[in-house]
Amino acid sequence: MGNSNKTRAPRGLMRWVDARFPATQLFQDHLSHYYAPKNFNFWYFFGSLALLVLVNQILTGIWLTMSFNPSAEGAFDSIEYIMRDVEWGWLIRYMHTTGASAFFVVIYLHMFRGLLYGSYKAPRELVWIFGMAIYLTLMAEAFMGYLLPWGQMSYWGAQVIISLFSAIPFIGPDLAQWVRGDYLISGITLNRFFALHVVALPIVILALVVLHIVALHEVGSNNPDGIDIKQKKDEAGKPRDGIPFHPYYTVKDLVGVAVFLFVFCIVVFYFPEGGGYFIETPNFEPANPLQTPDHIAPVWYFTPFYAILRAITFSIFGLEAKFLGVMCMGAAIAVMFVLPWLDRSPVRSIRYKGWISKLMLALFAASFVTLGVLGVMPSTEGRTLLAQVCTAIYFAYFLLMPIYTRLERTKPVPERVTG
Amino acid sequence: MKKQLIALIAMLVPMTTMAAGGADAPHSMEPDLRDQASLQNGMKLYVNYCMGCHSLEYQRFSRAAEDLDIPRDIIEDNVIFSSEMAFNDQMQTSMSEEDGETWFGAPPPDLTLSARLHGTDWLYSYLLSFYQDPSRPTGVNNTVFELVAMPNVLEPLQGVQEKVCPEAEASEGASDSEADCDRLEVTRQGELSPEAFEEAVYDLTNFLAYVGEPSKLQAQALAPKVLLFLFVFGVIAYLLKREYWRDIH
Amino acid sequence: MREKWGPDMANNGVNKGRRRFLVGATTVVGAVGVVGVAIPFVSAWQPSARARAAGAPVKADISKLAPGQRMTVEWRGRPVWIINRTPEMIERTESFTAGRLADPDSQASLQPAYSTGQMRSIRPEIGVLIGICTHLGCSPVYRPEPDATGVGVDDWPGGFFCPCHGSRFDLAGRVFSNVPAPTNLEVPPYRFENDNIIVVGEDEETA
Repeated sequence: MGNSNKTRAPRGLMRWVDARFPATQLFQDHLSHYYAPKNFNFWYFFGSLALLVLVNQILTGIWLTMSFNPSAEGAFDSIEYIMRDVEWGWLIRYMHTTGASAFFVVIYLHMFRGLLYGSYKAPRELVWIFGMAIYLTLMAEAFMGYLLPWGQMSYWGAQVIISLFSAIPFIGPDLAQWVRGDYLISGITLNRFFALHVVALPIVILALVVLHIVALHEVGSNNPDGIDIKQKKDEAGKPRDGIPFHPYYTVKDLVGVAVFLFVFCIVVFYFPEGGGYFIETPNFEPANPLQTPDHIAPVWYFTPFYAILRAITFSIFGLEAKFLGVMCMGAAIAVMFVLPWLDRSPVRSIRYKGWISKLMLALFAASFVTLGVLGVMPSTEGRTLLAQVCTAIYFAYFLLMPIYTRLERTKPVPERVTG
Repeated sequence: MKKQLIALIAMLVPMTTMAAGGADAPHSMEPDLRDQASLQNGMKLYVNYCMGCHSLEYQRFSRAAEDLDIPRDIIEDNVIFSSEMAFNDQMQTSMSEEDGETWFGAPPPDLTLSARLHGTDWLYSYLLSFYQDPSRPTGVNNTVFELVAMPNVLEPLQGVQEKVCPEAEASEGASDSEADCDRLEVTRQGELSPEAFEEAVYDLTNFLAYVGEPSKLQAQALAPKVLLFLFVFGVIAYLLKREYWRDIH
Repeated sequence: MREKWGPDMANNGVNKGRRRFLVGATTVVGAVGVVGVAIPFVSAWQPSARARAAGAPVKADISKLAPGQRMTVEWRGRPVWIINRTPEMIERTESFTAGRLADPDSQASLQPAYSTGQMRSIRPEIGVLIGICTHLGCSPVYRPEPDATGVGVDDWPGGFFCPCHGSRFDLAGRVFSNVPAPTNLEVPPYRFENDNIIVVGEDEETA
């Protein structure tokens, strides 16, 4: 261990502040004396990157609201106004649209890391649940944000998703109408989505991020070995396999930030439409409630769930397919919340789990990606069948987990982290 | 540099072309926003042949003048026909929506974002694919846009194009004679030769590509600097990381 | 990799100088990056192309502006006065006691470099002024006649009187002393397109 951990007593202004506000204390608790396992690998960049993207979204979002006009008559025009008339407006908007997709890229990788190394297992159940709540809120945030440009895809995408509510028995149609505030998606819907997108949901997300980090720092970070580093401490009471987050992980994350921003800027400057996935082509036409575009698909980050929705083409137990599809889509997200209690394995990390867990995780990841791909394509019989298989694998991964994690033979977990 | 990036992204996202979508376009073109002569000619063609009916409601004359390096007085004297419009205004057509509806059945659409909505390949193909069809009220039809309401305004340049069934080829055993009849051929040449006409249509499409996203010029100018900066920052950050991590055994 | 970094590796593995240098370099380059990112965000608050189009120069036809009369045009939402000053008005203004003016030579006031002289204009007979009192933004009234009543002073050379707080200006827009307004009326950029057309909002040089 280096010598950079020695604590200097604050002097001057800092001492004055510390007597009134625990600034140094907070810095130490969460950065300079927060001990993180020293064996973080590639997968551990995405937490701090998610924070970076969140800041990007909030900053660019605030600037966009300054020129955006949240009305059915003015929204589309004001986007072009931002793109052309506002100085640097194009850059700020592309940072926001690309940031939305980047957020989900980063979050999906961050979540996969959790699955890989069992970061959801005790004592980190609440870290996982707060994280899932962030993910859920983020989906709502992204969905509502997508309506705001008031293009054809905005309109019809929102139309389809709000119609999902109408599949709920008895109250569905009334609920959908209540969400819209009109008989169709209109300026009224746009206005309330705007309010939620720029004020309500960001506050919720920020609060959840704080909870997520506080919960994490209470129990400490997991690591690729899934070992509890607090069990092996040195004479000073520091974990032998732990290193202070600052400076070691701050400087390491800085490298991750540079690489991430490099890729991010390539997209922002050269491919802002993301090949039609980040900004979908029909959105260059103003919303027209009388004409659906030829092919509508949700933005890519929703497509795995959209494919699950479409995969349910049959009725069971007298429940119609439309309702079942919506239920399955909801269940696909809901099941992730209870993941900490589905995994009965004695070990956390995939490194020491048995071959069934490894196979199931690989199948799960493959089927999730496949569903995502299927979700952007028009459905055919063959694709529907494939989507059904993938949906089955998706749920099998979670629902069979209590069985296979208990049955399989795990490998012995080492005493100390393995680098 | 850009080509390599395109190749890289194309590898990473194998389905980009699918999402970019659009109807089938028999011709393709690659816009070149750095070719100012082409863009200037495209603007000239647009103003002379298109702006009578189609607005560019988000494109200001002044912005085009600045980006395409056209002096202000040329714009004011040759491009702005209506006394209602000023240099800083958007390129609106002087035709009213009602007139458009009466004359064509629907008001001619605004074209500011046409290149982004349909893709440049489609626009380029569309403009090249008018052919004579006496059954239509305008006397023309279009192979990429069936039953199009728009007349072939470029006919003075292109001349008359017709669908032909080359008999010689058909007799040579081409199985699908209908497909053969789809071939378009200029039967009476206009002011321009077919090659020169294609070039003119290229310029016009190129201009519409510029109009769809004027910021692309700025983005392409700025990007290399930003990426170079990030690369330098990344190298320094990496050296710093390595220096600190020498503590960790 | 270690051998590369010199002999002091042996002690505690920390090359303090190098570390300090790299921290400094990262901080400096990072700060440059933050400033770079700030530029678009700061610039986005500049008047947009729409605002600039709305605030574009306006043309005024002065062919029908009789001597002694004033006309008002709107430029960027503010009244711009164009006054056709008679030789007699010019004489009155130029011979006015400089001691009663706060800034007779327009040292502390806003005007383009080409609006020179006591009359603060390109041509002495044509005055162009922004009709907003430099005190608190009221629009003064035009009282061109000498010794007009209701302007609160004797020996009035003709000029403008602000009804809000009683500031007084002469026909060149110069502020009197001992009034609330601190500086002379502002002269906007303007140029003569020809003898009859004034373009307000555009400098002479760019013509």
